[in-house]
Amino acid sequence: MPTFFEEKQLVTPGELLAEGEYQAGENTYLESGKIFSARIGLVDCDNKKVNVVALRAFYAPKPGDIVIGSVIEVGFNGWTIDIKAPYTALLRASDVLNRPFKPQNDELNQVLDAGDLIVAKIASYDRAHDPQLTVGEPGLGKITRGQIMRVTPTKIPRVIGRKGSMISMIKQETGCQIILGLNGVVLVTGKNTADEDLAMAAIKKIEDESHTTGLTDRITQLLKDEKAKREENKN
Amino acid sequence: MNDKQEKLIDKKGIRLDGRKADELRPLKLEVGVLPNADGSAYVEHGKNKILVGVFGPREMHPKHLSRPDRMVLRCRYHMAPFSVQERKSPAPSRREVELSKVIRESLEPALFLELYPRTGIDVFIEVLQADGGTRCASITAAALALADSGIPMRDLVVACAAGKIEDTVVLDLYDAEDKLGAADVPVAYMPNLNAITLLQMDGTLTPEEFEKAVSMATDGCKQIYPMQKEALKTKYMHIKEETQEETEE
Repeated sequence: MPTFFEEKQLVTPGELLAEGEYQAGENTYLESGKIFSARIGLVDCDNKKVNVVALRAFYAPKPGDIVIGSVIEVGFNGWTIDIKAPYTALLRASDVLNRPFKPQNDELNQVLDAGDLIVAKIASYDRAHDPQLTVGEPGLGKITRGQIMRVTPTKIPRVIGRKGSMISMIKQETGCQIILGLNGVVLVTGKNTADEDLAMAAIKKIEDESHTTGLTDRITQLLKDEKAKREENKN
Repeated sequence: MNDKQEKLIDKKGIRLDGRKADELRPLKLEVGVLPNADGSAYVEHGKNKILVGVFGPREMHPKHLSRPDRMVLRCRYHMAPFSVQERKSPAPSRREVELSKVIRESLEPALFLELYPRTGIDVFIEVLQADGGTRCASITAAALALADSGIPMRDLVVACAAGKIEDTVVLDLYDAEDKLGAADVPVAYMPNLNAITLLQMDGTLTPEEFEKAVSMATDGCKQIYPMQKEALKTKYMHIKEETQEETEE
């Protein structure tokens, strides 16, 4: 029952991680009693469960996830939404209108048109069906202002930080509202574009350096330096 | 070639390009070279220069090609018109269609195709310069590009050829040896699972020679594998080093 890795070691697909009493966690697979890595990432072992924190992955939809997507098509009784996943998602008209949808009264493209961005929750998804979205909760719906950026979906937990420490720090320092779509799309809404740019620069830095330690301190420093610079320019 | 036929391998066992019988050509692998692709890799294997781009998993187009129970891997092996001495027509030739199929089948066992049904992955392989053994170099690079795109894989696939020139079994044939030699045996291999995913033979070999060629080719694969892993890690290592320098300052 040995393991063949050091904590936080960079592994490539197919690397033997453990044998015997261990459980295969995220981004690993079990074959004839041996656990191998399935993606490039950093290994960690938590209570006999071997996980690989992937450095590169795409978004796989999961019911309950908050995602940010764009409308690609206005259909008969709903919209087709691009959520940056292997599948396009569906949003039903009755869900948005909050009442039964009547084709003779409702013009769907006046509610949401192609190109509009929405924050939505994945209502259902399984192997046989494309994901279905819902906007029937507070905070969800059409995006009217702010800027969006894309982050590798696997880095989202790092942007959030331990118990949300990282994201709340950025929010506080920049005064921006930030919505993290689990599909790797981030919405930043601030009082002005300079604030938004600063928050986005911080998130970009987190993405680039996500697998290093002491990141929270460096981000705090970055935000403080930028702020000081701006103060100087004002004077 | 001179008027008098030059030997492909001399009495000391040195080949025309100066290599020993069991020596690989110099290999350079790079990952993440195309920002627009989901995953990409570039390989220089001797004089071969090959670029691979991976897109997906994404919705399959045309839709009727998608499978309800698994994802579909599509490969396109293509040689640039300027990749060989005589201009090659850019239209897909019989050989390219076959190689596309063979490469696809050698990569499929490495992927968990059942994970994302109804989707498709596209692998585009562009041979910029060819000098023998492009299918093997293509497979090595395509496996790297797939891993770079974040698609879950059982193992990286490595490929290498062995063959026979002048009654000697040698590793990693280049163009002249391939054309004038007696046989060529390309092998694709998953080292951690000890599984061969491609085995072809062109020419004639005795059963003993064939076995020697296969074991020589798999040994070649085992030599390439660490380089492949290193190339994949390098892409992420340089970020790590940069930040370490920063903190040291």
